[in-house]
Amino acid sequence: MTFLATAALVARKDLLVETRSREVIYTSLLFAISCMLVFAFGLVKEGRVVADAAAAILWITIAFAGTLALGRIFDRERQNETLRALLLAPAPRAAIYVGKLAGVLALLLLVEAIVVPLVVLMFDAPLFRHAGAMLALLLAGSTGYAAVGTLFAAMLARSRSRGALLPVLLYPITVPVIIGGVRGTAALLQPEADMVVARAWLMMLISFDAVFITLSLWTFEPAMTE
Amino acid sequence: MKRLFPVLLILCIGMFAYAPFLIVNAPYESTMGLVQKIFYFHVAAAMTMFVAAFTCGIASAVFLFGRRPGADRVGFAAAEITVLLGLIVLISGPLWARKAWGVWWQWDARLTSTLVMWLVFQAYLLLRRFGGPGSDKLSAAVAIFGAALVPFVYWSVNMWRTVHPTTSVVPTLDASMRGPLFWCFGAFLCLFLLLLAARTELQERRARLDDLYLALEDS
Repeated sequence: MTFLATAALVARKDLLVETRSREVIYTSLLFAISCMLVFAFGLVKEGRVVADAAAAILWITIAFAGTLALGRIFDRERQNETLRALLLAPAPRAAIYVGKLAGVLALLLLVEAIVVPLVVLMFDAPLFRHAGAMLALLLAGSTGYAAVGTLFAAMLARSRSRGALLPVLLYPITVPVIIGGVRGTAALLQPEADMVVARAWLMMLISFDAVFITLSLWTFEPAMTE
Repeated sequence: MKRLFPVLLILCIGMFAYAPFLIVNAPYESTMGLVQKIFYFHVAAAMTMFVAAFTCGIASAVFLFGRRPGADRVGFAAAEITVLLGLIVLISGPLWARKAWGVWWQWDARLTSTLVMWLVFQAYLLLRRFGGPGSDKLSAAVAIFGAALVPFVYWSVNMWRTVHPTTSVVPTLDASMRGPLFWCFGAFLCLFLLLLAARTELQERRARLDDLYLALEDS
């Protein structure tokens, strides 16, 4: 079986399990909405959203909901003892990582597909004005976040106190994604969208993705051995 | 290393004991005056912290890809020292900043990347402590990611800051100040080597003890 076929199989398995239970998608979505509610109390002043707050709300909500989804996806593997089976399979470890990453990314994008319109409606942020640039930022940002998240969630799956450790590990390491996403989105949300700045952040996110996916592929194999 | 230990210890004590005299005799900086003298320990500790973090990153990579348990012990010791030196940097920095910039903290590239790096190495230690079995490999991966992360954080905050420029104080260094600074850097480097040797040795002994316990159970 080729590398990509293995990866596709792993991703398909994850999405199939998810479409049957819908557990991760429902919980992360509701969590994302509750997150936005909490932010609304702090960042809306006299009915107006504080400057640049919509960009921050969007990305922090994505990051928080992403952590929840990542934890749950690998908890499921651990509970059913399927992670070991997956690792025992005669397939390259890197392919398993790519498959998992694709599954996580698909779920994250699904959550974003609902969170982004909600931010547009609830915080009066014209995110769709430059839909192409916004989509590119979301794609690049989510890929970087999911790449690091999948690696650490997979490695933490078997360790104690993983629920507490995942955010502690993930947030400092994904700081560039959050900065890039928030600043890039804020540049798009300005009355006169600052495309030069947005493009610079997009380039930063893409190079972050390239470096961190390479590093993940590189470390997944030696780090996941028993 | 064991024979080098007393030599390093004496050297380290001597250098730290002499450092205050050098710092007192260094010229006063014209605008900041006395507080500027924090600089000698602050910058020296920061430079040594980067050496420690770099050591941890390399040792972790050697451990993860070369499967050498010895490298892991060096990495762990270096991570502990990174956190310790980071604490010194993050406490002495704001003390100086309050006087120089009027605020305790600025979200400038250097400050933010130091904070993020410190958090990553804190995560490394937390993982070691609470992660349970297998956390050695996981933490090695964290160290490698942490090492790769710093340039990204630096660039991003710098870029975010150049979009919204603020005044910053860039210390231009006189030759009479460079001497004490490098003396302090040397002292901190000695301290780093000393602690690294001590903690690595401790880890070695722990590992040996574990092996003995296992051998006892088997027999």
